[in-house]
Amino acid sequence: MILVLRNNDINLQKDYQKIVKQSTPRPTIFKNCILAFITGGLICDVGQFFLNYFKSLGIDPIQAGTPTSIVMVFIGAFLTGIGVYDLIGKYAGAGSIVPITGFANSIVAPAMEFKREGYVFGVGARMFTIAGPVIVYGVTSSIIIGLIYYLLRL
Amino acid sequence: MAKRIGKQTVKLQNPPSILSYASIVGPKEGQGPLGEYFDQVLEDDMFGEKSWEKAECKMLQETIKLSMKKANLTADDINYVLAGDLLNQIISASFMAREIQIPYIGLYGACSTMSESLSLAAMLIDGGFADYVIAATSSHFSSAERQYRFPLELGTQRPLTSTWTVTGAGATVLGTTSKGNGPYITYVTTGKVVDLGIKDQFNMGAAMAPAAADTIKTHFDDTGFKPEDYDLIISGDLGIIGIDLTQQLLGQMKLDINNIFTDCGLKIFDTEKQDTHAGASGCGCSAAVLNGYLIKEIINGKYNRILFMSTGALLSPISTLQGESIPGIAHAVTIQRTLD
Repeated sequence: MILVLRNNDINLQKDYQKIVKQSTPRPTIFKNCILAFITGGLICDVGQFFLNYFKSLGIDPIQAGTPTSIVMVFIGAFLTGIGVYDLIGKYAGAGSIVPITGFANSIVAPAMEFKREGYVFGVGARMFTIAGPVIVYGVTSSIIIGLIYYLLRL
Repeated sequence: MAKRIGKQTVKLQNPPSILSYASIVGPKEGQGPLGEYFDQVLEDDMFGEKSWEKAECKMLQETIKLSMKKANLTADDINYVLAGDLLNQIISASFMAREIQIPYIGLYGACSTMSESLSLAAMLIDGGFADYVIAATSSHFSSAERQYRFPLELGTQRPLTSTWTVTGAGATVLGTTSKGNGPYITYVTTGKVVDLGIKDQFNMGAAMAPAAADTIKTHFDDTGFKPEDYDLIISGDLGIIGIDLTQQLLGQMKLDINNIFTDCGLKIFDTEKQDTHAGASGCGCSAAVLNGYLIKEIINGKYNRILFMSTGALLSPISTLQGESIPGIAHAVTIQRTLD
């Protein structure tokens, strides 16, 4: 039985956090996974469609990836601009974050949001608030993997 | 110290009367169950302004002007305006005061600002320092979202424990006892900061529940009231999870208020239909519910005496990133239709 709620009472904190855990609804992980799988797959289908199209134009299969990325980034940015991508994201979760369209979304969304603070300290400075960490650690890990690969090949 | 009773409570000797009240809310709030109670429902949450911050400020300004108009008072009659909001450096409130030109005291109590401002306003009047005081606050979904969380257009999923920040503003005009016919503010219990180590900023109900429980328990201990003395105990924005946790904590302290206890955050939205997950939050939540719904229903006789308790999570985006837990606070105000 609790008599006083004291901030520095470690046992009380532990008990309370246990109650919180019991009383908090669990995220619907299974449903989220299925939705993410389906929408993520559909986005990849669209990408594959463009890849096949560019290949059919006679572009080298390896180089056809570049125009495909460009088209997919455009679609992601466009859907963000007209306010649709966040609605997709609400249901798709990781399914719309992981593909390259999600990367476009993560840059366009803050760019739109911070336009009112000006083009330099608003858009310019805040555009990469979400994508920035992805780029930093993406580049860092690719350097480390590259080094490991190089050393193993010696 | 005749006005102080118990540890944290003030019994107002000359209970200030609520002279008028006003509320303006956004479109989503207007579609909610309390839609018809609000004075004005915005069609567009930009309110004709260029940014959400400006829209929030205008909403607060217009609400205060409306409340003065309803009380047949002008800015010259009002001695103080006490206001605050959620934005950094409380810009909505301060920029409002730049326009309104009433002596201004800016407050920050996060989402507890409505009962904080109401408490102080009541004490200023009871103390004889003012005849007319306005207590007001506002919040805006979009301005809060960009400050505390993510850009609006980012495709993220909101956790089930999260709450939806209300776009809305509320203002109450208080005057000395003789100036009005009630409802009256009779008791004020100022809360302590309680923090039981919750760090999840998407579960603010859990962070604030201990403070809410502490303030309710202290209020009953200080005043000697029993739960039967109240028709309604209403918290600001605890949400479904916070309400449940507060009841569990109070249960452990042997205080049962379950059948008269609810939350403004559960009143303003239909959590299922409007997809707000655990409920509503923000300064504007308790402000709009008090000044739209509660005072009206007290005057209509649905409630005789209520305990209005806005709850606040005193976090900042920086404290969250630095791994700090979330301090909670709750201030309670007793509002009653008649003086016994």
